[in-house]
Amino acid sequence: MIKDLFTATVIIGIISSGIRLATPYLYAAIGEMFGQRSGVLNLGVEGQMLLGAFVAYFVVLRTESLLLAILAAIGVGALMGLAMGFVTIQLQATQGIAGIGFYLFGMGMSNLLFQKLIGVVENIDGFSAIKIPLLGDIPVIGEIFFRQNLLVYLAFLLVPLAWFVLNKTTLGLKIRAVGENPEAADSLGVNVALVRYFTVTLGGILSSIAGASLSVALLNVFQQNMTAGQGFIAVALVYFGSWRPFGILAGALLFSMVNALQLWIQVLGIPIPSELAVMLPYILTILVLTLSLTKGKGPSALTKAFEREG
Amino acid sequence: MKNTIKLFSLLLITVLLVAGCTQAAPPVEEPEVSDQPLRVAIVTPSSMNDLAFSQSISDAMQALQKEMGEGKLEYVYSENMFVVDDAAAAIRSYAQQGFDIILAHGSQYGSSVQEIAPDFPNTVFAWGTTVDTFDMPNVHAYEAASDEGGFVNGVMAALLTETKVIGVVGPIETGDAKLYIDGFAAGVKSVDPEIDVRVTYIGSFSDVALAAEAATTHLSAGADVLTGSAQMVIGAIGKAKEAGAYWFGTQADQTSFAPDVVVASQVYHWEVILREIFALRQDGVLGGETFAATLDNGGQVIKINPDLDLGQDVLDEAERVIQGIIDQTISIP
Amino acid sequence: MSQSKKLTSHPAKKRFAAVFDSFMPIFATIAALLVGAIFLLLLDANPITAYSALLEGAFGSFNAFAETLVKAIPLLLVGLGTCIAYRGSVTNIGGEGQMIVGALLSTWIGLSFTNLPGWLMITIAMLAGILGGAVWGGLPGVLKAYFNVNEILSTVMMNAIAVQIMNYMLRGPMIDPVQAEAASQIPQTARLEMAYRLPRLVPTRLHIGLLIAIILAVMVYVLLWRTTLGYRIRAVGQNQSAAKYGGIDVKKHIVLALLLSGAFAGLAGMMQVYGVNYRMITDGSATGFTGNAGFNGIVAALFGQLHPLITIPASILFGGLLVGANSMQRIVQVPSALITALNGLVVVFVVSSEYFRRRSQRKRIAFIESEDEGKPPKERSEGLGEAAS
Repeated sequence: MIKDLFTATVIIGIISSGIRLATPYLYAAIGEMFGQRSGVLNLGVEGQMLLGAFVAYFVVLRTESLLLAILAAIGVGALMGLAMGFVTIQLQATQGIAGIGFYLFGMGMSNLLFQKLIGVVENIDGFSAIKIPLLGDIPVIGEIFFRQNLLVYLAFLLVPLAWFVLNKTTLGLKIRAVGENPEAADSLGVNVALVRYFTVTLGGILSSIAGASLSVALLNVFQQNMTAGQGFIAVALVYFGSWRPFGILAGALLFSMVNALQLWIQVLGIPIPSELAVMLPYILTILVLTLSLTKGKGPSALTKAFEREG
Repeated sequence: MKNTIKLFSLLLITVLLVAGCTQAAPPVEEPEVSDQPLRVAIVTPSSMNDLAFSQSISDAMQALQKEMGEGKLEYVYSENMFVVDDAAAAIRSYAQQGFDIILAHGSQYGSSVQEIAPDFPNTVFAWGTTVDTFDMPNVHAYEAASDEGGFVNGVMAALLTETKVIGVVGPIETGDAKLYIDGFAAGVKSVDPEIDVRVTYIGSFSDVALAAEAATTHLSAGADVLTGSAQMVIGAIGKAKEAGAYWFGTQADQTSFAPDVVVASQVYHWEVILREIFALRQDGVLGGETFAATLDNGGQVIKINPDLDLGQDVLDEAERVIQGIIDQTISIP
Repeated sequence: MSQSKKLTSHPAKKRFAAVFDSFMPIFATIAALLVGAIFLLLLDANPITAYSALLEGAFGSFNAFAETLVKAIPLLLVGLGTCIAYRGSVTNIGGEGQMIVGALLSTWIGLSFTNLPGWLMITIAMLAGILGGAVWGGLPGVLKAYFNVNEILSTVMMNAIAVQIMNYMLRGPMIDPVQAEAASQIPQTARLEMAYRLPRLVPTRLHIGLLIAIILAVMVYVLLWRTTLGYRIRAVGQNQSAAKYGGIDVKKHIVLALLLSGAFAGLAGMMQVYGVNYRMITDGSATGFTGNAGFNGIVAALFGQLHPLITIPASILFGGLLVGANSMQRIVQVPSALITALNGLVVVFVVSSEYFRRRSQRKRIAFIESEDEGKPPKERSEGLGEAAS
């Protein structure tokens, strides 16, 4: 039965499921990466995802405009990000706990708003799959990669974009400097607080879009607590990827494809307890990271508040 | 630092003493007058609008309210009590407030009911979904024979599938979900043992994305009929809709969600049981009974989507099986 | 201990200010609840009724206070573990998983050996809970120390793994034989022997776990500031390179910090079983068993300034908030989602209020003799975040 796993259908299925499952992780983890690179830890990603998912869904439900939905998600994400920024940068609150507070708030608010404004679970017409002409017709590869929906494509494009911004632009340089040594950056004229506000707000926006990708693109529905912990996995993936966009991509794909694999294992009836199958992505993620030799060192100023002297 | 602690504690004690002294008066026990509304309190582990488990009890209460008339039935609820501790506190608190009937609508609440019921001999406790009343005079137990509805669904699914592959998306391999799924598989096999029924338990009640991928996986593996249980299943229904595969639902009427593909839903009508509990209470019996929502007593109903053209033979067979289960001529392994 | 050199002039006024600042968390909570009142009004609920219900539910009667204390016990234990982890500069957000594993191990032992005297089994069970949690915390510790695997990642993953193990055990090998036969198949274990249950302190649900937890809090204080081990853990937490230079085995002490932190969470899990529910039961999620104590305990520790002794009243107050909020939900019938949002608001407000405390502390203190206790480490390589002082 295990050999059934090596058929074309299964492999294609695992990869394309993996790509879809990885999409929210990519948005959220890249967003978190920017924040962490500048020295701010945000554990509230899950709350931002849920609020973004709800807001986007609600807008589509009421206006049927996908564009408005994304704009709304961006707006809400920016607000949450700014709030987190204010609390951790201006008030220098303990970052980890502040994040947990935002997580609880976001989760509670999204559920509350859903109950009061909608109340019934229903589906919507969200982003549909777009077939890229020509590329989408390639057998096998076309099916897997080039027939996904817009938000999926954007998520994957985000990775090289983030790499470019982080490594090839002045902004990226400032972000990294602020995260490594804020005092030195400050003395060179970099506005540490502003850079951090930017990255944290960006992180909020991206987490919100991650949630929206679930509710208006991949699943076309909203349910309470529908992210089921994905926000925390996204944060974990930043560490897995050693704060590098392509590392995060590898982590998101690894985790998601193993998740897809365990579904196939169950579908094909391979006789292992279902709980063991469900555990696989988590075990493998730890294992791979343990054995990996390319672990980077994190930003030295991560979680440390910065205060300008004088 | 030491002084800080001392003062902190002193102030704390002071605050508590003051608060303790301003205790509210205990709730006044209303005398049993027949035109007083019946007061019911419900404790459930998920949201009242989850389109699944808790929704069913919410729907039942609303139906009963309409039935019994204006002002005859009042109910309150505490939802999302998935922490057994908090649920116990809620159950006790409602009992203290003098509610007539308390529905502990969650199988994990058993220990709490067992502990609290003896302290309130005049309150009716109903615990679902289970069969154990702990031999207490004021505890009822109720359950749903979800394997019955599962069986019927399975029979219909077997008749409708063309690829002879059916997929099941389940949450966790326990309790009500497992009962339904086992019944479903048995129903399928009773029609045609050659049909392949594949089951995935995704390990969560809320991960909609994973449920959707599970459905996609089933579909890629050749399934053309799907079923599943628990609230995350809406992700699976969405994928079924996209692929045009038939869907069988449970716990709530899922037709509205995807009217083109939902064939039938096993719906619970807890009102059937609740009516009996209310009636027994009027007669002074506060507990000790076990109830089951079955096809026989109407506590369980298979709602077939009237807008789908399923073919008369499928509908006839469904009727036959339902009747057979009621007559007990068909038994579920 | 505290020959407070901080009191340079107007000693009484300064002492008052110091105390005032310690109550900052309470003021912040009140501020958060005031914001919450807006939501209550929007939901057609009367904030005054709501908040009196909250206070009453938390502290308003003997029974209510007992409930608060029951809630506080796992918060305190996890909080103590958080204090240790923090001092060792590691972040342990694996409390949920550690509670589960500690509970599983201690429950398994309690169900397997049914003829032991109560006190003996309780002791063994406590050790089992500690062991389970220690392993589940120690493993991330080893991975961090020797393989440079960040502990936030490993603990998040291990939380998920622990839940699956629990689900499997409770519906499989450890299921109550009664359930196994019955149709309902509820994933729970059999009940523990009467003799094995933690004795109650008063005729309420409050069990002796409270006393044990308080004693442990004192012991943690002693451990961290009066023993060599504690000194080394803190040294590694403050400055790894300096510690290594000073001859301390850095890796070992990183492992120990996480191991000890996990041990406390494991004990908290055992107490939930032996003191409250008398069996293990799952609804498939972590929170169904732990009640989020794995996270709330971290928050409680922060409210307690990450000092083991102050964590005691902090846990009680936070426990009261949680219990009271549930009571409020019942009386005013607002959706439980609002309670979660309020919980989040309180956390954000309290953690933000540190700012004001720090500012006024800085104004007050002219010269200060550096006291070891209560002062956060100067340089931290990782963690939940420094409360910049």
